[in-house]
Amino acid sequence: MSAVASERTPLAPTDTEEQELLPERRPADEMRDLLPALEPERRLDDWGRSERVEGFFDRTLVEFYYRYWFRTEVEGIENVPAEGGALLVSNHSGALPPDAAIIAKSIREEHPEPRPLYITVEHFFKGYPGFSMLIPKIGCVAAHPANVHRLLYDERQLVLVFPEGRKGTEKLYKDRYRLRRFGRGGFVEAAMRAESKLVPVCVVGAEEAQPIFAHIGALQKLTRLIYFPVTPTFPWLGPLGMLAYLPAKFKIRFLEPIDTVELGGAEAAQDKALVQTVAQEIRARIQENLDEMVARRRSVWFG
Amino acid sequence: MPSTRILITGLSTYWGGRLAQALEGFETVEAIIGVDSREPTVELERTEFVHVHNQHSLLQRIIRAAEIDTVIDARLTVNSLEGSAREIHENNVIGTMNILAACSGPDSPVRKVVFKSSTYYYGAEQDDPAFFTEAMPRPHRPNTSLERDILEAEEAVEEFADKHPDVTVTVLRFANVLGPDVDTAFTRMFALPLVPMVLGFDPRLQFVHEDDVVHALEHAVMGNYPGTFNVAADGVLALSEVIGLLGKRPLPVLPPFGAGLLTMPLRRLGLRIPDEMNNLLRFGRGVDNRLYKATGFRYGHTSRETVIRLGEHFRLAPVLKGREDTYTYERGVEDFLRWSPHVRRHRELAREGVAADREPLGI
Repeated sequence: MSAVASERTPLAPTDTEEQELLPERRPADEMRDLLPALEPERRLDDWGRSERVEGFFDRTLVEFYYRYWFRTEVEGIENVPAEGGALLVSNHSGALPPDAAIIAKSIREEHPEPRPLYITVEHFFKGYPGFSMLIPKIGCVAAHPANVHRLLYDERQLVLVFPEGRKGTEKLYKDRYRLRRFGRGGFVEAAMRAESKLVPVCVVGAEEAQPIFAHIGALQKLTRLIYFPVTPTFPWLGPLGMLAYLPAKFKIRFLEPIDTVELGGAEAAQDKALVQTVAQEIRARIQENLDEMVARRRSVWFG
Repeated sequence: MPSTRILITGLSTYWGGRLAQALEGFETVEAIIGVDSREPTVELERTEFVHVHNQHSLLQRIIRAAEIDTVIDARLTVNSLEGSAREIHENNVIGTMNILAACSGPDSPVRKVVFKSSTYYYGAEQDDPAFFTEAMPRPHRPNTSLERDILEAEEAVEEFADKHPDVTVTVLRFANVLGPDVDTAFTRMFALPLVPMVLGFDPRLQFVHEDDVVHALEHAVMGNYPGTFNVAADGVLALSEVIGLLGKRPLPVLPPFGAGLLTMPLRRLGLRIPDEMNNLLRFGRGVDNRLYKATGFRYGHTSRETVIRLGEHFRLAPVLKGREDTYTYERGVEDFLRWSPHVRRHRELAREGVAADREPLGI
């Protein structure tokens, strides 16, 4: 406690310079310096992320799936920047998608300078009992533009988005590896406003790990979930069936980053046409790489 | 422009009293006048108390007569259990309008208005951002009367600021306050041996220490910072973390849906949760506090330290019980102390710019 306290100074005397420079016009670095300092005694960060809970899952469930069940292979980890804000953009699949946790784990395991990854999720989770407690603790934040901006711009963190959103996870097995619409390009706008890098990510294997064969509308209404899927294990094994995956071979490929500063940075973020073009381009690159990865794959289970 | 002649509305509220005490220590402050409809609850040395309700014609006369240059409005009620919805509306909305009306007019001497508001302004909903900044409007319409009142009061203040560009209007939105002396819905809840939680939710909450509230108001009085600022300590805590820091046990009994179902029976049992807290206990709220820090303000406590302090107070309270002497306001005595030539006054010289009562911050 004393370590934190000793840095505090009594109320700074008000000097005229500080009064004249209104906060909005202050340079970004200065506002960054005013971010709350980390309190080393805390086990949660301000987003609600818990070292303990995340570490527990990392050592047990995620470790098992990453290493032994999905036997994950990673390509292009050097494309994940070692510092500064970066927005990872990935394809998304699986009823309870395993891809996010596996991507986060791959950065922890393979990257020379491992960094925490913040995963954006739907607002739905914050409102659903149970999920609401757990989801922030394992590093998920709601996909609000203000949240993404703060993480990328102010805190200079790694953020993972799935622009397909639930359109990606609810799609049926017959539509596997066909990317859905990439929203309205909000993720590109967010990265440009924060002048951070965009890293496209391709995940192969998640589609087969938990294929969805059908949706049951009536049960969706009853449980108030975003969808109620029928998978090989759900609902047959109860709620735990959501955590049961088939042992598909996982391959993750990080593509070359796109520098948003070169695209025009924060000023160009208002340019809707440019944003859409970039979003389309990223989507095309991910699709292209997915097609190639799927074509080269000899077996769903052995790679 | 430093404030020299100050009017505090709501002198008898906890904040009014604390602020008046703090401002008495400033040498540059010539006059402090406090108005309220009830009698002051703390001992004041040189603050003048005027017994008046929020009638704008009377307030206007006081402001003109005393040439008030700064008005601090510390009256806002942020706990709907403190009165009926009508009483609170009367205080929060009509009262604010009356005070602003008293400050207006072409020949008004008022140059600065400091308004104490609350982060209830933002509400708490499922699709809120994790950190509200001052520039974000409330994303959803308020669904409790208290939040509606706060929104309406702030609108009135904003309108006043637009109409009076030569007056510095500072709005401070305070997060939930904790501390040994202040009595809020949260301190009551945390004082219970088992702290109720909503089943399946662990909201992110941000607090501010009662001393930091006083210092933040003081900072606004001493400087010149037009605009709206969030005042909340560093650090957003999960409710489970708060309960752990207090050394209590969680009791997840509140139902996640249709909170009214259980809060009514709980109310009978003596556990009262104000309406505006229902959403907060599910979705939580965090605010960005950098804007006020950029004006030079520094917090004495983080959210975590604030909670630890409260925990220490809870453990000490049974030991201290009955030891502190209570203050009662007696008109005659106060007049004697202020005006009698027989009273010997040796007031310590306060350092200029910094309140004498300020203890070194930190731990």
